Amino acid sequence: MKKKALCLLLACAMTFSLAACGSNGGDAPAADSTEAESDATGDDAAAGDDAETPAASDGAVFKIGGIGPTTGGASIYGIAVQRGMEIAVEEINAAGGINGVQIELNFQDDEHDPEKSVNAYNTLKDWGMQVLVGSVTSNPCIAVVEKSHEDNIFQLTPSGTAEKCVQYDNAFRMCFSDPNQGLESAKYIGENSLASKVAVIYDSSDPYSVGIYDAFRAEAANQNIEIVFDAAFTADNKTDFSTAVSGAKSAGAELLYMPFYYAEASLVLAECKKQSYEPVFFGVDGMDGILTVENFDASLAEGLMYMAPFVANSDDEQVKSFVTKYQEKHNEIPNQFAADAYDCVYVVKAAMEAAGVTADMDASAICDAMVGAMTGLTYDGITGKGISWEASGEPNKAPLIVQIKDGEGTAL
Amino acid sequence: MMGFISYLVNGISLGSVYAIIALGYTMVYGIAKMLNFAHGDVIMVGGFVVFTTMSGAGLPPLISILISMLACTALGVLIERIAYKPLRGASKLAVLITAIGVSYFLQNMALLIFGSNTKSFTSVVNMEPISLADGAIIISGETIVTVLTCIVIMVALTSFIKYSKSGRAMLAVSEDSGAAQLMGVNVNATIALTFAIGSALAAIAGVLLCSSYPALTPYTGAMPGIKAFVAAVFGGIGSIPGAFIGGILLGIIEILGKAYISSQLADAIVFAVLIIVLLVKPTGLLGKQIQEKV
Repeated sequence: MKKKALCLLLACAMTFSLAACGSNGGDAPAADSTEAESDATGDDAAAGDDAETPAASDGAVFKIGGIGPTTGGASIYGIAVQRGMEIAVEEINAAGGINGVQIELNFQDDEHDPEKSVNAYNTLKDWGMQVLVGSVTSNPCIAVVEKSHEDNIFQLTPSGTAEKCVQYDNAFRMCFSDPNQGLESAKYIGENSLASKVAVIYDSSDPYSVGIYDAFRAEAANQNIEIVFDAAFTADNKTDFSTAVSGAKSAGAELLYMPFYYAEASLVLAECKKQSYEPVFFGVDGMDGILTVENFDASLAEGLMYMAPFVANSDDEQVKSFVTKYQEKHNEIPNQFAADAYDCVYVVKAAMEAAGVTADMDASAICDAMVGAMTGLTYDGITGKGISWEASGEPNKAPLIVQIKDGEGTAL
Repeated sequence: MMGFISYLVNGISLGSVYAIIALGYTMVYGIAKMLNFAHGDVIMVGGFVVFTTMSGAGLPPLISILISMLACTALGVLIERIAYKPLRGASKLAVLITAIGVSYFLQNMALLIFGSNTKSFTSVVNMEPISLADGAIIISGETIVTVLTCIVIMVALTSFIKYSKSGRAMLAVSEDSGAAQLMGVNVNATIALTFAIGSALAAIAGVLLCSSYPALTPYTGAMPGIKAFVAAVFGGIGSIPGAFIGGILLGIIEILGKAYISSQLADAIVFAVLIIVLLVKPTGLLGKQIQEKV
């Protein structure tokens, strides 16, 4: 009996320490959202409320929903987006809101899972969401856009790069699309004659990576680039890159094209060093953040080129102010996801102001007005200047090519 | 030909990591007759302890590994005490589900404490790679150390179980825990000891896994853990040499499959081989055929 009581006590202690971690770590909204999600049926508005919205009770607020993975393997992106949005919302609210109306933000976790993303969407809809910023990752975004199209709710994804993320009229995106990135990188490699023999490693389980590679391959033919070797990996098999690197090396590739995220890239770079293989490394926007990998040997990434919409050490005033605020709050340098999210909230603000919407309009009317306003918008933000949108939902903005020199990303 | 040998070396390198994880799996299964699905996550914890003490606090690698082993041993015993021991009489399924729960608990704890950012692990092995045939074949220091460690652990474990008193108690518990108890063996203490040893092995596996593949996240242990479980079943779960052979073979099959058949089908090939082996020899390569008495 005594032992049983001890067990119970220890179990309680563990649970409490977990709960304590949650509130201390500044991730309270994340904990809230999982709670809300498990009970998707009802009035969980209270659980998702963020403390910084004083006007929450009287109804005169714009309710902006956010969806992204704040737990799970892709949580780095969701957390960054949530933080970026929070900073923008705080700034806007402090400056008087949109047309004098405060914004209320409710960010829900989807664990990078399409089904959970739709659950999160339903939770937000019950809460009374008027505009959606999300989902953060492509697959969940494709699932959610089906629902938001049905309900006619305005959706702006900060980082859903797959083509289908914005296949409906109500959806727009802040980032480049996959085909766009593949095309631009092949053009850049061809026009600057970086290499004629190229090896590609890609993630065949991720539409992001496959989409970029398909477009890259199509454009490579026009640019006199020969793809001498390609190797795929999957989400479940991404620790060992020895075979892929040996293959690229023995095929004599002068450039290694890496259309995937930086966590895997850090492994590929380490493996290349192990096999003393030194091609030109070229990545896409998923490479952004490689220098923030804790304890990463930056010399491995020396010379690495990648496409990015956002460079944290830029001299731009807007960027500087955002980076400073983000660093003060979270003690780390924001990645492009945070930057895209920050811009998203401001684009929503600009579109709302241009459309002249009011807080008492329903989501569908707001959506119609905002969709009309989006194509006439020109936006200067931290991920690009003079950005405009096509009716298809694609942004027009110029990609930056960043190269890592002396352990720092510098725009070329 | 050079290509083939170099792939073989890569395969052994990957396989030795699977093998060292599989040793922990097979040890706990062999004695406690339960699948500790949290084993992969104890490995991750071991990796994080070494990361914080070595790269964070600047302790020498050997000391960090020792600290990590102690931490994982404590964690393993604690998990056993809190999550598994109360279920000693419950159905196998309940224990299995609890193990999955513990696995998620550890992952999410690590996520809260260390965050989701990938951490780059500094290899603890400080040894020049061996280069053969003018650099066509490179055997990294990590591979050599992992294979040697694996063999040492395998021999040590086998002789511990065969010759020491607590080792023989383990054997007795594994054959028939009820009878062992009647003979005066402390079953709870024996199982706790098994978890302690298994978790200490997990710490070593974590260090070697992260040294070979230096990206550390809260999910680092999950997939290698499952692969190592497959390796343990492949070699005959419960058999210590079986875990070693199963791990190495699995690594070689995976790498050769990637290199010569298709990089996308590598996992499918690995699991197809598992299915074939289990069809032909249901107890795995070195598994013992125990006749069930009715």
